[in-house]
Amino acid sequence: MTILVIAEHDNTVLAPATLNTVAAAAKIGGDIHVLVAGQGAGAVAEAAAKIAGVTKVLAADNAAYAHQLPENIAPLVVELASGYSHILAAATSNGKNILPRVAAQLDVDQISEIISVESADTFKRPIYAGNAIATVQSSASIKVITVRATGFDPVAAEGGSAAIEAVSAAHDAGKSSFVGEELAKSDRPELTAAKIVVSGGRGMQNGDNFKHLYALADKLGAAVGASRAAVDAGFVPNDMQVGQTGKIVAPQLYIAVGISGAIQHLAGMKDSKVIVAINKDEEAPIFQVADYGLVADLFEAIPELEKLV
Amino acid sequence: MKVLVAVKRVVDYNVKVRVKADNSGVDLANVKMSMNPFCEIAVEEAVRLKEKGVATEIVVVSIGPTNAQEQLRTALALGADRAILVESADELNSLAVAKLLNAVVAKEQPQLVILGKQAIDSDNNQTGQMLAALSGYGQGTFASKVEVSGDSVAVTREIDGGAQTVSLKLPAIVTTDLRLNEPRYASLPNIMKAKKKPLEVLTPDALGVSTASTTKTVKVEAPAARSAGIKVKSVAELVEKLKNEAKVI
Repeated sequence: MTILVIAEHDNTVLAPATLNTVAAAAKIGGDIHVLVAGQGAGAVAEAAAKIAGVTKVLAADNAAYAHQLPENIAPLVVELASGYSHILAAATSNGKNILPRVAAQLDVDQISEIISVESADTFKRPIYAGNAIATVQSSASIKVITVRATGFDPVAAEGGSAAIEAVSAAHDAGKSSFVGEELAKSDRPELTAAKIVVSGGRGMQNGDNFKHLYALADKLGAAVGASRAAVDAGFVPNDMQVGQTGKIVAPQLYIAVGISGAIQHLAGMKDSKVIVAINKDEEAPIFQVADYGLVADLFEAIPELEKLV
Repeated sequence: MKVLVAVKRVVDYNVKVRVKADNSGVDLANVKMSMNPFCEIAVEEAVRLKEKGVATEIVVVSIGPTNAQEQLRTALALGADRAILVESADELNSLAVAKLLNAVVAKEQPQLVILGKQAIDSDNNQTGQMLAALSGYGQGTFASKVEVSGDSVAVTREIDGGAQTVSLKLPAIVTTDLRLNEPRYASLPNIMKAKKKPLEVLTPDALGVSTASTTKTVKVEAPAARSAGIKVKSVAELVEKLKNEAKVI
């Protein structure tokens, strides 16, 4: 069995989610190859070659792959697919965008967002916003799978010495083009990769009040998230949303501030190692999943917490 | 321009689902069913395109059981012009649904197909992308903005860390994310009018599509429950616990 993992990257840096995806591949077992499709992504290919357990890196460097357009990347993956037993990608916005297109072209079902590997053909995945866990078995000749990063501890980024093989195939479908990108600039860690996450909910009252959370987060080296209620109220942008309809996180410490704990939010953070809830409503459902609950006015508790940590 | 919108009948998003005792699935008996929330956004976007004069006809399609006609009638009440139900009693995987939709696309020849990015029951997030692959069209997934101009559509997409805009040649596939729009409610007169709008019922056989699957569900379980911990009395106690007991800061 040989498994192809599609690397997540921005042409410069290999994204940490790739390490979790390789971890899932290692659980399945067999040789692991990594595809780095991009433009000027030599440094990414070199980083991928160092990942523990990876035996080969396929580097497809072409202008058509610069922006991960699925119309161009999917045919490349399909061309490379024969000979692989599994094709894996992280369940990131790129992985979710590209992989179903690959699966359909290969005429196989895709298995989305697995959280565990039971055997080479059987996997667990959450359904109904994490309110049920399905065990699914695939009889496809090539199993196409996206991997939820929080379900797998990352493999070591160093320790491997895979050969890098250039792939010359150029697929430009000519159906789509990249226009522009607006990425939020932040010195804080990325939400899904952070060891500590501080999130605010409707209890924050407005966007300006999030400054209290930013101050606390900076002291802790944490990322800042938000509940859907806070996003819908316009306090903060959608890319900060933690929950079934936003990002799925599982940090060492999750601090929920002024968040009631709707099912859809819990689905995005309930796998955190330690959960702290600060809320003035002692009946808030968030306390039912919190390891440490503090019933308090957040506008008093947060500045005090910032001082004490 | 003709716009095709796909909608799915799913358990209402307010319902807390329970796993069946025999672990064969979730219990959907006597549970409120609704249109998938992302599909509501898809219908709304199509209606807005029609109101702007960009779309001339909105065809809404669902793949599902007979009573998915309820969700199609809802879409008609919201402003779709006619409906197609591809009737299938079986629960179909995304690839089978995409194949059926592709057959409807071949028949209807829409310029734009709008779908929800994922259904809140199976949480697959696959159908739009698969339909794009099968039809050979470009795809603008997780859309927060859709602008049609001439023979192309600019789609702003919600991606990890921000937003990306791509330009797609028409015909194209768009899947909706939450912030694309806020769906309207159907008015009573429109609900009445919707009853008279045409609704065609087809079968997978009539469309010549095989719905065979390479995946089977072995079992469905309730997730591991997380139990409540303790309440601390002060911030100082919280910090002490985090440092010395949980050892996470």
